[in-house]
Amino acid sequence: MLIRKEGELTYADVTLKSVYFNRRQILRAMGIAGAAAIGGKFVSDLASPESTAQAGTKLNVTVKSPLSTTEKPNTLDDITHYNNFYEFGTDKSDPAKYAKNLRTSPWTVSVEGEVKKPAKYSMDDILTLAPLEERIYRHRCVEGWSIVVPWIGYSLSTIIKLVEPNEKAKYVAFQSLYDPSQMPLASHAGIDFPYVEGLRLDEAMNPLTLLCIGMYGDSLPNQDGAPVRLVIPWKYGFKSIKSIVKIRFVKDQPPTTWNRYAPNEYGFYSNVNPNVDHPRWSQATERRLGEFLKRKTLMFNGYSDQVASLYAGMDLKKNF
Amino acid sequence: MREFVRKLLISKWSKVAVFLLCLAPLGYLGLRAYHGKLTANPVEFVQHFTGDWTLRFLLITLSVTPLRKLLNLPDLIRFRRMLGLFAFTYVCLHFLTYIGPDQAFDLRGIWKDVVKRPFVTVGFLGFLLLIPLALTSTKGWIRRLGGKRWQALHRLIYVTGLCGVIHYYWLVKSDHRLPLLYGAILAVLLLYRLGASLLKPRPAVNTMRAAL
Repeated sequence: MLIRKEGELTYADVTLKSVYFNRRQILRAMGIAGAAAIGGKFVSDLASPESTAQAGTKLNVTVKSPLSTTEKPNTLDDITHYNNFYEFGTDKSDPAKYAKNLRTSPWTVSVEGEVKKPAKYSMDDILTLAPLEERIYRHRCVEGWSIVVPWIGYSLSTIIKLVEPNEKAKYVAFQSLYDPSQMPLASHAGIDFPYVEGLRLDEAMNPLTLLCIGMYGDSLPNQDGAPVRLVIPWKYGFKSIKSIVKIRFVKDQPPTTWNRYAPNEYGFYSNVNPNVDHPRWSQATERRLGEFLKRKTLMFNGYSDQVASLYAGMDLKKNF
Repeated sequence: MREFVRKLLISKWSKVAVFLLCLAPLGYLGLRAYHGKLTANPVEFVQHFTGDWTLRFLLITLSVTPLRKLLNLPDLIRFRRMLGLFAFTYVCLHFLTYIGPDQAFDLRGIWKDVVKRPFVTVGFLGFLLLIPLALTSTKGWIRRLGGKRWQALHRLIYVTGLCGVIHYYWLVKSDHRLPLLYGAILAVLLLYRLGASLLKPRPAVNTMRAAL
């Protein structure tokens, strides 16, 4: 079996991604060979190839966004094997193992509520509503780590303009898929599902707010929120809701999952803010995955120029 | 059968075997490191790994006395000190990972963390309480302190166990299954001791005097 894996590596397979994953597999195969002398379950666990749950469709990315950072993106391996996606388990390594069976086709996103033109979009619709852009964003988790990801998508405002919110619409509520039959570990997560998130309408309209359908040139891997998610780079990662099935325009501030679970720890806004600590840990610094020493966390995760005006006059210690 | 187990327990090789077994988690960690499999966040992984094993060794150490009594295998006592010292070894690695790779030896920041964050405070306390136990784990110290006082001092491990479980519980975001499991095991082990001490027939006062 191991030899077959090595044999699979032909020139026909050589694209960026397959080179990447096959290199890993070969390294793992060598690991097994080396460890075979020692044996034992731990060792084979250690060396056996993990599922990658990779989605494979190449996307036609036509725009390199000026909103991209020039920082070096994290490896695809890091971004696909260190995930918080509690529907598929609470360990960082769980989503890579357990999200692989998530059915992402057919998929419909219902856009509804206080809008003039409610709509149900298929993934084919979403893929063609606007030119696809690559946006390399910093992504900061509330837990104190960060990554840089080359996301693919377009501004959420594209869809908002299409459905035409009426004058009552002040907030946007988002909902993830919740299907216990596909998510057997979800019941252990300790938080309520379906996962829900929300933004103020002006936050949702900000060009930085990305409706994301891919990364690294391909459609989204399941564990990263396939087939469609939000990316809001100036907020803690949990605001960037994954696997969206519903977008609802509403009058009042909608409930959000982590805020509902622990209101004193996770605010509705949850803007990245080094000056407002999480009650249990400091937010002043973060560890960029792949780096040894921590770096200073930036206000609004370094996106102050684009978003600080949204919160002018607000007490961000109170509205954390 | 019992005789066989007893012989196994008192053989000189059993201590070597247990010693190697206690090192196995470290070996596993080393192998993972060698294969570059410490996840995308190695510091966090090592921190969690050493923390987990600290708690496990604390619980294993605390199981020795109940198991001796319940299984009628008094010779298990031979391993208790070693198990306790391994708990101390793993907590030292845990602590070193925290002050070194995690906090970059920023002593001021660490002190702020210890004072301000309850989960760090309680973890640090549990670590501190284990230090005198490690230092007085030798036969010489048992003699110097006297059995009774030594035993009283070493009951601090109950507090460390509690600190460890609370530290873990406060650290977790929402999936509390593991900290609760450790907490439940600790509760059983401590309640066993409480029950045993309540049920133990107390020696009459004058015999105690005589013993003194």
